[in-house]
Amino acid sequence: MRADTEQEILKTELWWTALVIAIVTAIMLAIIYAGVVHHINPPSNIETIDPKTLHLTGEFTESNLGTRVEAGDQVTSRVVATQFAFQPQCIVVPSNRTVTLRFATPDVIHGILVTGTNVNTMIIPGYVSQVHTVFTKTGDLLMPCHEFCGLGHSQMWATVRVVPEDQFRPGPDGRASCDAR
Amino acid sequence: MGERAVTHARRLTLAHLWVAFAAFAVAAVLGVWQMWARSPLPAPYLTAESYFTSVTAHGVSMAYVLTTFMVMGFGYYVAETALGRPLPLPRFAWLGFWLGIIGSAMTAVTIFAGNATVLFTFYPPLTASPFFYIGLVLVVVGSWIWCGLMLWAMLDFKRANPGVPVPLAMFATVANAVLWLWTTVGVAAELLFQIIPAAFGWNESVDVGLSRTLFSWTLHAIVYFWLLPAYIAFYTMAPQAAGGRLYSDTMGRLTFILFLIYSLPVGMHHLFMDPQQSSAFKFLQMSFTALVAAPTLLTVFTISASLEIAGRLRGGKGYFGWIAALPWERPMVLATGMAFFMLWFGGGGGLINMSFGMNAMVHNTSWVTAHFHLIFGGTVVIMYFAIAYAIWPTLTNRLPMSPRLQRLQLWLWFIGMMVMTLPWHYLGLQGQWRRVATFNYSDPIIAGWGPWVIVSLVGGIILLASALLFVWNLLQFHSARAVVATDLRPIYALAVHPPERVPAALNGFALWNVLVLVLMVAAYGYPIAQFFIIDAPEAIVHRVNGRG
Repeated sequence: MRADTEQEILKTELWWTALVIAIVTAIMLAIIYAGVVHHINPPSNIETIDPKTLHLTGEFTESNLGTRVEAGDQVTSRVVATQFAFQPQCIVVPSNRTVTLRFATPDVIHGILVTGTNVNTMIIPGYVSQVHTVFTKTGDLLMPCHEFCGLGHSQMWATVRVVPEDQFRPGPDGRASCDAR
Repeated sequence: MGERAVTHARRLTLAHLWVAFAAFAVAAVLGVWQMWARSPLPAPYLTAESYFTSVTAHGVSMAYVLTTFMVMGFGYYVAETALGRPLPLPRFAWLGFWLGIIGSAMTAVTIFAGNATVLFTFYPPLTASPFFYIGLVLVVVGSWIWCGLMLWAMLDFKRANPGVPVPLAMFATVANAVLWLWTTVGVAAELLFQIIPAAFGWNESVDVGLSRTLFSWTLHAIVYFWLLPAYIAFYTMAPQAAGGRLYSDTMGRLTFILFLIYSLPVGMHHLFMDPQQSSAFKFLQMSFTALVAAPTLLTVFTISASLEIAGRLRGGKGYFGWIAALPWERPMVLATGMAFFMLWFGGGGGLINMSFGMNAMVHNTSWVTAHFHLIFGGTVVIMYFAIAYAIWPTLTNRLPMSPRLQRLQLWLWFIGMMVMTLPWHYLGLQGQWRRVATFNYSDPIIAGWGPWVIVSLVGGIILLASALLFVWNLLQFHSARAVVATDLRPIYALAVHPPERVPAALNGFALWNVLVLVLMVAAYGYPIAQFFIIDAPEAIVHRVNGRG
């Protein structure tokens, strides 16, 4: 390391700065590539819903919760997160198909992840959280509440039951539940 | 007269640092108990209420009390010793101190009365007793007085020494004061306009998207407020302790300016998984977050070069021989080496956290807990220890016989931190989630985590041993043999080429404040304004006080 003159020091530091810029640029390019090519993006649909009335009308009323096959064979699962339980406690989804998960809460902040997958979102009162995913492994996965929501937070979790596509048999109304199997 | 003022500032520094380290010791005990609670081993006193009371106290003590009092106490020390002038307006400094004490006590009482189980990051619409928040506001107001005194001291020095560069240690301290004034705007707005009115019952509902966005304003920059004392030690104290010189004073100034600029418009990377912000602004703030890696990488280079100079002056040869030649027996040098080692792991994990989509793998898992314990509890706090060991002799005019126990304490902290956080990283990738009191180990997925949780608990016990030894070591100073102040070596390193004059931009913050303002308007202007445009539905306030 030469340090005889200020010029030499400046030159060395500038070389290092160029290397730092190259490293940061490479990281940014990798992130952009993952976002654009592999569609790995955070859940960011700014879609409002009134926490005070979501249980009375609209898609998060009790009878509409759980998994349903909708127009265009789209599998959608709707879950309400409350202090300190999910409704329903178990959702069934087919493997190897795109599934849309939609969450809302009438009370406080919650959040979910599904163990062994990249499914992860906050559930914020006032907003619908939406995640698109493909489950590749079958079996019962844990879906805990991962954000502090009060003293009962530790006891708040649900199950995601991933079944092989040929065993996923929704009823005539398009609905599928964990009990029906 | 000067002599009296100097003594006064020493008492001020000692008072601040003892409060900081007392809070730290209590929080370390609580932290180990929390890990015990989460492990498969049966823990005493465990209820949901006791656990979340403990988590709240641990977070508040470590993140607010330890840090704020450490930064303030060290700042007063630097202002006096680096500028070589008595601290201006010491009465105001004591006012700030007592505001912090009253605020901390008020907050502690509400927490341990069970009226504040909202953790240190609040989570509205949950609301605690209003006195929990008012106590924290008093701590912040006390720290604002500190910010004003740091600016005042620097301007005083400039007036008395026209054209003379502000010494790097003080320049960096003022950078931190300016950073903190910007940082606290977000949380102050959240507390004063949203949470405290809700806690008093004046508001029955709260806009949660807005409160999370305001808190994110503070949430990342605050960690740089905690971090900068460690960087001040890297640049000014470590090269001196190693027997070398600072490679480049200019790069030091640039680094602290970059921290000021790029630690602020980046907080939204804590909201990647939130539904109330768009991908566009998340991406913008992610890009700024990537840039904040730059000052850290520049520091790694400049400090390594400075230590290389020291190693070669001590006879080190070849590409790596200078490393072995460094005086590792000196606590400041040893701590710097350990801090850098933990910075590689913690910084690498941080790059994954900030990676936009990849964040979904780790958000709210133990990975994140591991990341910030490693980088704050590891890199930053180990430098707090080293700073304390370096300045305690001049604060007390006393010196223990041998730094052997100091080295042991640093090694225990380093080993404990690695043993605790490496399993947490692994468990986070397995999906272990955060902020729960207990796990259901009869579940087959969770059962496999048990052994690793116990390993991390062992790390926590080592950390507790180190924390208690640290307090013991500091107490040893107060009963050690007295030395005269002239025995004590200067603690700040000279640069290889000490600056004679520096451009105004590298000697003050006016220009950089304008740049911060522009960036903050770009990064946070619309994301905050949108809540008033889209008229987001509010959530009903849930009060946790009264054990409800």
